[in-house]
Formats: sequence, structure tokens, C-alpha cells
Amino acid sequence: MTTSNTPRVTTASPEPPPLRPEADVRPQNLADRIQNLLHAQATLGPAAVLLITVLAFALISPNFLQPTNLSLILQQTAVIGTLALGQTLIILTAGIDLSVGSIMVLCSIIMGRLSADLGVPAPVALLVGLASGMACGLFNGFLVTRVKLPPFIVTLGSLNIFFALNLWISRSETIRGADMGDLLLWTGRVVTVGDTRITYGSILMLVIVAVLAYALHRTRWGRHVYATGDDREAARLAGIRVNRVLLSVYAVAGLVYAVGAWMLIGRIASASPQAGVMDNLDSITAVVLGGTSLFGGRGMIIGTVMGALIVGVCRNGLSLAGVDVLWQNFAVGVLVILAVSLDQWIRKVRR
Amino acid sequence: MTQPTPRTDLVAPPEETVTDPSTTRPVLQARGLVKRYGGVTALSGADLELYPGEILAVIGDNGAGKSSLIKALSGAIVPDEGEILVDGAPVRLPTPIAAREAGIETVHQSLAVSPSLDIATNLFLGRELRRPGVLGSVFRMLDRARMRAEAARHLDDLGIMTIQNPNQAVETLSGGQRQAVAVARAAAFGHRVVIMDEPTAALGVRESRAVLDLILRVRDKGLPVILISHNMPHVFEIADRVHVQRLGRRAATLDPSGCSMSDAVAVMTGALDPAELSESALAPGAVR
Repeated sequence: MTTSNTPRVTTASPEPPPLRPEADVRPQNLADRIQNLLHAQATLGPAAVLLITVLAFALISPNFLQPTNLSLILQQTAVIGTLALGQTLIILTAGIDLSVGSIMVLCSIIMGRLSADLGVPAPVALLVGLASGMACGLFNGFLVTRVKLPPFIVTLGSLNIFFALNLWISRSETIRGADMGDLLLWTGRVVTVGDTRITYGSILMLVIVAVLAYALHRTRWGRHVYATGDDREAARLAGIRVNRVLLSVYAVAGLVYAVGAWMLIGRIASASPQAGVMDNLDSITAVVLGGTSLFGGRGMIIGTVMGALIVGVCRNGLSLAGVDVLWQNFAVGVLVILAVSLDQWIRKVRR
Repeated sequence: MTQPTPRTDLVAPPEETVTDPSTTRPVLQARGLVKRYGGVTALSGADLELYPGEILAVIGDNGAGKSSLIKALSGAIVPDEGEILVDGAPVRLPTPIAAREAGIETVHQSLAVSPSLDIATNLFLGRELRRPGVLGSVFRMLDRARMRAEAARHLDDLGIMTIQNPNQAVETLSGGQRQAVAVARAAAFGHRVVIMDEPTAALGVRESRAVLDLILRVRDKGLPVILISHNMPHVFEIADRVHVQRLGRRAATLDPSGCSMSDAVAVMTGALDPAELSESALAPGAVR
């Protein structure tokens, strides 16, 4: 008696009934079309908002479009933008990092103290600072992947731990830039192109943007970051070592924050234990405004750059227009809520 | 068989074939698998044999150990006792990756696809191709063009080219299309066995039909398939043999052409002792 000779009742038709994309069948109104377009082109929204705010402020204040002002915006955006780049990686994995500001300040203090007070050569101080950022990220990543704590809780805890370490190492004193090696202040130096003064820090940020965008879209690691954030269990079953991916994301983010620390030293020409304390939420704001979903798996590095620029443009434009700083915060807050609402709406395209 | 057939109408067909279990070695075999979770025994000495070129359905009531059995075979859990043999050789499958390396691909009920990524990326998820030369080795650059082309070829192989664009995000596909992507991935990379867990559970009638045809095409490509399903008409329609799991072990292996759906359900629920079934109802090599 056999198995393959048993009559098979089914006749496999050579062609299955065509499975057609439902989007072709559904009638679409204008809102649907916009929703689908924004869903397919995630950076379109932030780009439109950035364009509108720039145009609006250009009309309000004649000085806004001056090259000196635009380069000032770029300088003001570089530090927050860099932090937001690291934050983007973590948010792409459906995590969140509340300790960004603390890691950055801690790293800047480590670099400053080593160079100014302990006489360590600036390149060594810089490398130790970068390694410290990576170590802080690994600490967060270890707690997230091995101890299986939610990223929110982990980084809420490490926010305080790193900040306390920062006060301890700095003895709550600001380190003057003049006492540090030149290399640490390099990020604050300026290249002049016509009337535009661009700091090396701003250029460094653009380099990080390029490297991260490449890594996320053109390498296996990047695809795995998206897959892990999109559906962790699916990624695991597809053979991705999700914990390894997560750990690497936290480590790379930590390293990026440390580069942000280097930029901070250049920008304020010192290392202050109180600098950048407010930068935690601003980095998240930039990521969210840039169209990266807090639910993970959706978003782009270039969107974050636009998000950071939107914040920078709003703050700069409002102060040029003589608006009180409290209303700047108000405006940024409104923008964040609008951005998240838009993200919720776009995500409804999913079936 | 789509209709239950009275057993008295049947005549056992005793022909020779290539897949005679007495002479053919199973592609995949489980022997005496035991898996306990605390005080609960999910598997209590479960056996299973899968022969070349067949569709083996695995049915069983909830809690019969069906999914534990499948998880053991796909590397998602490690059994406490017993052994798993691939082509007659014992293997250890501690992770899903190990099972994949042994040539066992699984289409999970959750599909394990990443919705925001495109079809080609999903097909190659976890085994992406890099560009040749320095671009791939130093710059780790993915070979997107080749992955797209091969994705299109795999979809075409299975007759699912109605999905026109391998760059389409999976979240824009219907349930049946997503299932097709997951099946295509398994069929493209599985070189020994494809396991499918409830592939039609979430689908409508028309989409189920397409997926059943897809499973038959996978089998016709020469890949044996283990099909876990609650849907008796689907099981009786496409399965060559039916493994009935009950109380953590195999109750019987039935020949779907020799018994009725109600017999299968009776064995599954324990209402019928497999020993009472006629010879023709049992699949060859089945344990009484």
C-alpha cells in the first residue's frame, strides 16, 4: 500500500486565482491618496513642514534668510541633530533613550577632565570619551537585551546614574576650553564659504548622517534594525539575532552621542556639567518631527535631520521675530503633537 | 478527499510506489519526543515520520502537543528527551537557524514577515546577499538588484507573479498575498522540508484555495510538506497521510483516502480507538 498512488482529489490549477492588491480595487478619495503617499514617502511630511516654516519666517523677518543666520541655525542644530541621529536608531527598534543628554554631558566632561586636568593628549582624551559613550550605550543595551527591562525604564534609571557620574567626575565645575587640547575644540572651528560660516561640527554631523543612512539602507545590519523594530518575534523567527542587533544599536547610539559631546565642547568652548540637560526631550522631538514612528520599524535618518532643522528654524525664527522663549517651547510642543497624530493616521494604511 | 466516504466502500489499493515507507527512509523523523513545562507534559513520547514527496497533515485537538511537536522540528524549542533524524542521521536543532541550516523551513502562523519592509527584503531576511568584490566585503553593501531579481524568480516559480512588484511593502498586501510571500520564502530556501502552521486559518475561501494550490505546487517541486491545520476539508483534500496527535503522542497515522473526516475527528478526540479502524484507514507503516 502506498501513499503517492492514493488518488488525489484536488486538481491543482496551473494558475491560482489572481491575488490582486486591494489598493487597486478600493476607490480612493483625496485624503486616502495623501495618506498612501505619506505612507510610501515617509520624509515628504517633514520636508513640507520644514519648507513651510522656512517660508513663513522668511516673510516675517527679513533677516531670516541671511546666510549668517542660516549658518547659525545649522550650528545650533548640530548638537541636537547628532543626538537625534543616535536616538533615531533606538526609536527604530521601538525603544526610547531618555539618557541621551546625560551620556553626552558625561562624555564631554570625561574628555575635558582628561585633557585639561590630567594632561592626557587630546586625541587620547577624545578616544576615551568616545569609548565611554559606547560603554554607556552598551550598559543600556545590556539591561534591555539581557535583563529584559523596557528601554523607557532602563534609560530613565541610567539618565540619573550617568548624570550623577558626570557631577562626580566634574566636581560640578565647568572646564574651560582654553585649558583643553586643540583637537577637542576643533568642532567649533569655522570654515567660511562666502558669507556662510560653517563649523566643522556641522560638517561632522552631515558625515554621520551619510554613514548612518548608508548603514541603515544598504547593509544587512540596517535591514535587521528595521525588521527588529517592526516585529521582533518575526525577525527572530526569520533567523535574525535580535538581541545582538539591539545591543549593537545601543552601542552605536552611545558612540554617536559621544561625537555629540565633542561637538558640544566646540560649540560652547567648554565642558559644563549642566550643558545639554534639556537635550533629552529635544532629541526625541527632532526624531518624531522627522517622521520616525515611536512604534518602531518606520523612519529615516534624513527625516531626523529635517526634524532637527524644524526645531532649530522655529526657535531661531521666533526669536528673530521677538517672540518670548516660552512661546517657542509652546510652538515646538504643538508641532510634536501634530507630528505624532499624523504618524498615527499614516499608520492606519496598514491592514 | 473533500467528502467523507463510508469505509465500507473502500478497497485497499495495494500498489507499489516510490514512497513505500517500508523501503524509503524518512526525510524527517521524530522518535519519542518528550517536552515538559513544569508540571505540564506537552509531548509524551511523540513520533513522526515524513517521507519524500508527500504532504503530511498533523491534526490534533488543542493541547494535544501539535504545536510543541512542530516547534521541536523547527528548532523553536528543544525537547527534553527523544531524537530528531534528518535523512536518517540524528540532528540537534537548538535554534530556528539550526533547523534552517538542516534544510527545514517553517511558515509560522504569524508568518514572521516584517510588514514595513518590501517583499524582496522579506524573502531574503536573515540571509541577505551582498555585492561581489570590495563593495560587499569591505563596505558590506547589499546586492539589492540581485535580491529583487531572485525574489521575482521565486514568486514566479510558484505562480504568484500576480504580485507585480518585489519592492512593494508587505503591509500593502492582502492576507493571502502575505501568506504567499511567507510560503515563497520557505520554498525558496527549504531544501528538505517545509513546515506550514495553519496556513489557511486567517484566510477567506478564495485566498485559502490559492494557498492550498501553492502548497501542492511546493510538493510537486519535490519538497515534502508538513501541514498543521484545524481545517478537515483542507487536510483531506491535499494531505497524502494524516498524523493524528493526541495527549502528547501520535494516536495514529491515517490514510485520508481510506477513512472519513468524522473518523479522523473521532480518533483526534479519543472517541474512537485507532485499533477499531479498518486496515485501509491506516496509512502504511502506521502504529496501531
